[in-house]
Amino acid sequence: MSEGKVTSILIVGVGGQGTLLSSKILGQVAIQEGLDVKMSEVHGMAQRGGSVVTQVRFGPKVYSPLIAKQGADVILTFELMEALRYLPFLAPGGTVIVNEQMIPPMPVIVGAAKYPDDPVKEMRELGADVINLKAYQIAKDLGNVRAANVVLLGVLAKKLAFSRETWEEAIKAVVPERFLDINLKAFESGYNY
Amino acid sequence: MKKLLSGNEAIARGAYEAGVKFAAAYPGTPSTEILENIAQYDRIEAQWAPNEKVALEVALGASIGGARALAAMKHVGVNVAADPLMSLTYTGVNGGFVLVAADDPGMHSSQNEQDSRYWGLFAKIPVIEPGDSQEAKDYLKYAFEVSEKFDTPVILRSNTRISHSKSVVELAEPQEMAVKDYEKIPEKYVILPRHARMRHTVVEARRKALEEFAGQTWLNRIEWGDKDLGIITSSVNYQYVKEVYPTASILKLGLAWPLNEELIKGFAAEVDRLIVVEELEPIFETQIKAMGISLEGKSIIPREGEFDQDIMAKALLSREIKDGLQSKQQLPVRPPILCPGCPHRGTFYVLTKMKLTVTGDIGCYTLGAAPPFNRIDTTICMGASVGALFGIEKAHPELVEKSVGVIGDSTFFHSGITGLLDMVYNGSTATLLILDNSTTAMTGHQQHPGTGKTLKGKEAPQIMPEDVVRGVGVNRVRIVDPFSIKEFEEVLTEELAAREVSVIILRRECALTSKAKNPVYVVDHEQCNGCKMCLKVGCPALSVTDKKSSIDPILCFGCGLCSQVCPKEAIGKVGVQ
Repeated sequence: MSEGKVTSILIVGVGGQGTLLSSKILGQVAIQEGLDVKMSEVHGMAQRGGSVVTQVRFGPKVYSPLIAKQGADVILTFELMEALRYLPFLAPGGTVIVNEQMIPPMPVIVGAAKYPDDPVKEMRELGADVINLKAYQIAKDLGNVRAANVVLLGVLAKKLAFSRETWEEAIKAVVPERFLDINLKAFESGYNY
Repeated sequence: MKKLLSGNEAIARGAYEAGVKFAAAYPGTPSTEILENIAQYDRIEAQWAPNEKVALEVALGASIGGARALAAMKHVGVNVAADPLMSLTYTGVNGGFVLVAADDPGMHSSQNEQDSRYWGLFAKIPVIEPGDSQEAKDYLKYAFEVSEKFDTPVILRSNTRISHSKSVVELAEPQEMAVKDYEKIPEKYVILPRHARMRHTVVEARRKALEEFAGQTWLNRIEWGDKDLGIITSSVNYQYVKEVYPTASILKLGLAWPLNEELIKGFAAEVDRLIVVEELEPIFETQIKAMGISLEGKSIIPREGEFDQDIMAKALLSREIKDGLQSKQQLPVRPPILCPGCPHRGTFYVLTKMKLTVTGDIGCYTLGAAPPFNRIDTTICMGASVGALFGIEKAHPELVEKSVGVIGDSTFFHSGITGLLDMVYNGSTATLLILDNSTTAMTGHQQHPGTGKTLKGKEAPQIMPEDVVRGVGVNRVRIVDPFSIKEFEEVLTEELAAREVSVIILRRECALTSKAKNPVYVVDHEQCNGCKMCLKVGCPALSVTDKKSSIDPILCFGCGLCSQVCPKEAIGKVGVQ
């Protein structure tokens, strides 16, 4: 994440997991830092439990709102299999932050397909730098499973150059007051993971 | 002040800054959030229309009345609104009029990839194309000036990537726009043939004036770089070009129709190699070739799907797309599915059990076409379930007792009513199901005439589908809860046998808007014999491992559908014996 370069973060998950809040906070951080930002999101049909992806890019000047193959500095993934699906987008030397949650898709539920074996192990064998955690469980222990997305953001924050205060300010700007406390705690858990 | 805005938010902001008085739309991805955001500005009257034709007509009335007015819709919505649009181009406007048309290259959430720039050529309406959120706001504001200056409706063409990408926008203060006086000018606004002939002449003169304007406007700009490669492009494609070939010379067309021949010839003459980069159809390419200019376009760039910088690198630099790390395992697809607690699940379970032929429509229930139901036979466009159902009866009268049409409440109001009128009038005996979840679910839960609320959240008269159905002459109207699958099956059997048009309204609130706190269900593993009958409801909360079914308590909505189909009575509510 060098000076002058565009940083690209790919956020992937399953429709309904709260990927949009994460990208919103990340975008807010970058704009607070006076950077140019572009983000792309998925709306509509794909949100109904489908595979969803959000692309966030920031730097001195950003053109494309999309991330190229091998272009993501970090892939932040909310679900294990989705991490494997988007691996071709990981830049050489990039990091995958993965929430160890399995959400079987319909072909697996009805027995027409098999959920892949140990995605974390395979990613490591392929040479990827992987940070894996049970963000869902951490958020649950903190009192709200829905804060898992902010736990993951905390882990991401450690990989990026922005100060912790900047992140907390962004969370305050984006998250509604009544959920602020739990989200700040969730961020801290991720940050110290 | 700077803000990170999506293209749709920026378009809404542009409407506010331009002093727009009235805006209307029917929801459709990727255009939906335009009106949702406009509704947040108190000074703009904004409303959902039952369909795009009505949205455009009310907006054109506001324009003729003297107010700046906007209508927004997805690309296929413009087809619905095309009739008034093709006349509006003849009448012209009074207050500025802009139609925002949002295309969906790649079909993220659509049935086709039609290119709205064609409306420029077809209707002789200027088409303006922004390339990011800042331009979306600024170009929209300017579009109103163009509309008023040239007495023409204007199309602002967005697409999924513009509408749903966020980028930094510098905000400005709103303009004070007084509503102009209304003046009765029948020879302009009443398109009788003798008026229309005169107006056609006006339209042709306007076309010439707009072509001249295209040579001067700041909407088109040249960025000179290396002269060995020149690129003519528009919209978000500009961003992909800059990403992979930052040193090329670029002619960025903010005005996508009409083109100015001198501007293009001048640019072409300066560069050694000329490439036209346009997503979807070769619209620039065809027109520029007709100017006698040689170029490369669709010979090296795809005509289908959405672009990105990988596709651009391949086209411009002949650089192959490089896949990075790749899993060696076969990854199952993850298609969208009906949510846990979705009322459509009960409907499709019964339709599947009865092996019916189903003409479908546009909405979440289109997912009834997916496994495990595989139940929908046709999906064409908004409202087509009704006509297609009647047409199948025409081709195969014997199928009428084995077929139904399915249409959502919002889609029924949009364009199902006239089809039903046709069925009654022309003597159909078929059965139509209205899947009434009391919202426009797929696009993100918008209000409609049946919800009792307006776009701005105000109370409104609630128009019930059953009243409309009876009003168009249907005698057999039944209302059933789709989660009562036994009752639904009985009612459906009766209505399929009836020798006149029947409508069954399956009424239950969308699971995503329901505030009900239902107890979740659990499988008694002593009773479960692993028969997998419960999997036939296709619920993501259910799975079978080691020959025992189990329910994910986080995903379970508590609808109880699985317990109704379990032959072993092994599924019950948590805490209930």
